[in-house]
Amino acid sequence: MTTALHRTKPRFRPPAPLGGRPLQRRPARRGLLALCFLAPALVLLGAFVAWPMLSALRLSFTDSSGFGSESWVGLENYARVFTDPAVLSALGNTALYAALFTPAAVIAALVLALALNHPRLPLRGAFRTALFLPFVVSLAVAAFAWSYLLDPQIGLLNYWLRGAGVQLGNVLQDPALAMPTVALVAVWKSFGFYMVIFLAGLQEIPGSLREAAVVDGANAWQRFVHITLPMLSNTFAFVLIIALIAALQAFDQIYVMTGGGPFGSTQTIVMEIYESGFRELELGFASALSYVLLAITLLLSLVQFVFFGRREQDAQ
Amino acid sequence: MTANRLRRPRRVHATSVLLVVGLLAAAAAVLLPIAIIVFTAFKPTAEVNAFPPTLVPGEWTLENFARIFDELPFGRLILNSVVFAGGVTLFALVFDSLAAYALARIDFRGSRVLLIAIIVSLMIPFQATLIPIYQLVADLGWVNTFAGLIAPRAADAFGIFFLRQFFLSLPRDLDNAARIDGASEFRIFRSVILPNAVPALLTLGIFTFVNNWNDLLWPLVFTTDAEMGTITSGLTLLTGPGGIIPQGVMMAGSLIAVLPLAVMFLMIQRRFIESVATTGMK
Repeated sequence: MTTALHRTKPRFRPPAPLGGRPLQRRPARRGLLALCFLAPALVLLGAFVAWPMLSALRLSFTDSSGFGSESWVGLENYARVFTDPAVLSALGNTALYAALFTPAAVIAALVLALALNHPRLPLRGAFRTALFLPFVVSLAVAAFAWSYLLDPQIGLLNYWLRGAGVQLGNVLQDPALAMPTVALVAVWKSFGFYMVIFLAGLQEIPGSLREAAVVDGANAWQRFVHITLPMLSNTFAFVLIIALIAALQAFDQIYVMTGGGPFGSTQTIVMEIYESGFRELELGFASALSYVLLAITLLLSLVQFVFFGRREQDAQ
Repeated sequence: MTANRLRRPRRVHATSVLLVVGLLAAAAAVLLPIAIIVFTAFKPTAEVNAFPPTLVPGEWTLENFARIFDELPFGRLILNSVVFAGGVTLFALVFDSLAAYALARIDFRGSRVLLIAIIVSLMIPFQATLIPIYQLVADLGWVNTFAGLIAPRAADAFGIFFLRQFFLSLPRDLDNAARIDGASEFRIFRSVILPNAVPALLTLGIFTFVNNWNDLLWPLVFTTDAEMGTITSGLTLLTGPGGIIPQGVMMAGSLIAVLPLAVMFLMIQRRFIESVATTGMK
């Protein structure tokens, strides 16, 4: 969301025809015209975004199971979100996942973007292609490949690590290691995406700044701390927030690799929504949990929006 | 002085070597899971289960590819993935660009309120409204149909916002000239704006196609019939506790799932990376 909300005025206005408003149809006609263009999208967004939002809100105050009668239960579902040990554990697990995934993905992306952006790097294009390739692999397929690599019997990575003296055992059955493993799979898949965003940010730093610093005798570390990092802070905050939002939605590789186990140690919010909503048919409770996810996501988006809105106004 | 001049090219060399070594290590680590998919897909089962495990097959075989079509209705799943991801992309491009045109070029009452509503709705994660969307799709009798898979995603708030921003960047003189000539708004949209917006449409198209092709939760929820799943959701049926499918077969299926996107990426790298980067900035 790096673009301004308000309409940008064309720099050059064509001369208006004699009298009358320049090149605009009459207001009533314009409204009707706009409606014709907007109708398909508005009908679809109304049915599949606006209506479900309201519907989920209503459901979250009921004990609906999808069929038969449902009754109003007030805030009971929300109370359960914040008291049920299983749900609290899913909230905690999601926080842990975010705490593992976000810094790892963002730092890997930043370090590799800096390396790729280095003026003396040969084969830049080939490296960028290789590092970005995992992005086209779905998280589900990534999960198959990693599960196989880490298999305690026939896994190649497990075998190599054992050769190097590291005994991993069955990571997906180990309550302490399962979460770092599913987070690692997501880092593997997504760091390339954040790296590309960092690269775009790095390319916007004027070369003259670097040259001036070199003239002033700043070494590489000083240039990094005093020029690159401050100039990149905007991109950094942006990547951090979108990575956090992505972390809150963790599902695919967990569904494939652990199914939420062992002992619920990788059960996340979206796993919990899927299970309570589509397996146990507790639609009321699942909707309440959905609204908690929605609230956290909107809050993060809002922080991003306000932050970048202000930055942009400062820049103008 | 001379020492300095002699040392300088050497230091440059050292930095490059260090960077290349570091990046080679990173690339090797990153490519390992992809290599394991490709190599294992062509390995005979005996070799896959052998100890110690190897990376490259000693003997190459196509038996895993034959078997994945026995384990799953795989041809059908490929078709489903193409129709689902392609359908969502096509409809979303049409409906999003129409709506974006109205927001960028027609000055109507309420346009600002509508724009704000669209921006707010693009912040909503689909996981949060999945249950009511499912109920609606079920009430329409659309579970296990392409309509159920595609319709809820056939218009997308992000796409509308993204294209509106792009349309605003096109010079007004383009369409004003056509307006003076008496062209209708639809004519201007189709013959003036769209041809000039091909890069943005491609960008949004790639982004939408990749996201839907790779999505797991969506097809998992809207299809219960194995014949209606996508490649991504179909393959998950073979895993889990008691999964007795040899890894070679899983990897053959995975390779087929990845191949179209990987080929597309390798063919149009620059455009592809730009696409996900610019559209990812939402």
